[in-house]
Amino acid sequence: MTLTLEAPVMVAAGCGGTGRELAAYGDLAVLGGFVTRSLTITARPGGPSPRILETPAGLVHAVDLQNPGIDQFLALELPWLVQQQARVFVSIVGRSLGEYAELARRLGRSPGIAGIEVNLAPPDAAGVFDVREPFHAASVVAAVHRDLPRGTPVLAKLRSDVLRVAESARSVLDAGADAVVVGNALPAAMPDGRPAGLSGPATRPLALRCLIEVVAAAPDATVVACGGITTPADVRVALHNGAGAVQVGTALLRDPTTAHRLLAAIGEDGP
Amino acid sequence: MTAATTPDRAPLHVTGELLASRRIGAHHHLTVVASGVAERFRPGTFVALSTGEERLARRAFWIHRVKTTGGYGATLELVVEARGAGTSWLVAQPAGTPLQVTGPLGRPFALPTEAVPCLLVGEGYAAAPLFPLAERLRERDCAVSLLVAGSDEAHLLSALEARRSARSVTVVTGDGSVGQRGTVADVVGGVLQRSGAAVVYAAGTPPTLHAVATAAEESGAWSQVALEQPLTCATGLCQGCPVPVVGESGSPRLVRACVEGPVLRGDRVVWDEVVAR
Repeated sequence: MTLTLEAPVMVAAGCGGTGRELAAYGDLAVLGGFVTRSLTITARPGGPSPRILETPAGLVHAVDLQNPGIDQFLALELPWLVQQQARVFVSIVGRSLGEYAELARRLGRSPGIAGIEVNLAPPDAAGVFDVREPFHAASVVAAVHRDLPRGTPVLAKLRSDVLRVAESARSVLDAGADAVVVGNALPAAMPDGRPAGLSGPATRPLALRCLIEVVAAAPDATVVACGGITTPADVRVALHNGAGAVQVGTALLRDPTTAHRLLAAIGEDGP
Repeated sequence: MTAATTPDRAPLHVTGELLASRRIGAHHHLTVVASGVAERFRPGTFVALSTGEERLARRAFWIHRVKTTGGYGATLELVVEARGAGTSWLVAQPAGTPLQVTGPLGRPFALPTEAVPCLLVGEGYAAAPLFPLAERLRERDCAVSLLVAGSDEAHLLSALEARRSARSVTVVTGDGSVGQRGTVADVVGGVLQRSGAAVVYAAGTPPTLHAVATAAEESGAWSQVALEQPLTCATGLCQGCPVPVVGESGSPRLVRACVEGPVLRGDRVVWDEVVAR
């Protein structure tokens, strides 16, 4: 099965707030998807301040997956997103394969979800299931896939690791992923040594190389490009190199209208 | 209802323009036109600006004043102290520079429903949102007392204007160049007692706000503090500005300074954690 998206621009995980904040600047329903911040079984308080620092052409972030937990999300946030007719992709992270399966079960019972994005490589999170090898990634996707009703798409978000990303992509697709998202924030560190992620335009050439490697390795798969997408030209480059859609993240933090602007720009002259 | 879901209060993201930049003491007063933003202003809300192409995080500024400038409609006046790369870039820009403006953002000061005496405490440039607040309070027949503070005269915001908008004004400076020598923490207890204020509004650094919140609690007054801290997106998207608070039920939780704040109840903030940063 491959994923079909209604529009080629999505909001990347962790960059759209709860959706309500972003909705002030544009209709969520017109986007290809709204990916939530990553949710875990139980609430996580997140890391200490400072959490985000500027770096040349990027942001270094150590939010450590602050989120209210899956049940709070399902009770308080999802209904509103569904009411907005947003195509909601719920990003999930587990501490174990069992937690990934449990998250999939709870989401599988929740109406209104367009799909699940499995966050396989949160670079700033402590204590989560350690995805080092492609088979780790595959086992997570298999666990999620097994516990979901048929027809709920699973997106697998991979690390932008140029050397391993093609192999990882093939593994997660074999395990049942409907689409691959490349890539996640790059593993980085805060000046005080805390693990962090690097996002923004600084990561774009690397993410592009990963996209190209994955498309070459899995030409029939749906691949969503993520990493530093900011301008209409960035979207065109990604689509030209085989992406089926793009996710916009860091650019939204600087201009909350970015996703809608990109969608309009792409719509005007076609991809 | 949050500001984001009420259409006429929802923030806007627009390309504005820097109309004028004047240096007053240690601050720069920027006049900015940003279509529709000024019309939605309430005291305590702020705007986020982009500062050049290289810096990805936004810079947040209090709205000091909204006024009608001939030919431009309503304009915003912002008070900027150049402290880092972003603010230094901003104050160096000539009139006519286009600016990406998002706002008005955040939860404003809540106004009392009855005419009660109010004390407003402002430190440095952060005193900016208190002047429009004083006007709104006077419209409601609240007796307004003002305590303005700064490290020296150059960092004191509009002491002259303060005398016009308040019944009584107390000035403290760190070096004693104007008013009393000292800090807000030194004098706020006494000023609060003399003013008989039922509500205290404050804007400044976390230690100052902590002192105000403590003094308010001791005298049985409500306090509302406008917390200033570095923001990344300023719009509630990134979770980069957590503030530890104690909720209604007494349970600890985190709120975002940019969306649930910047104005918070002083008795709800876990000050030890905020001040220690």
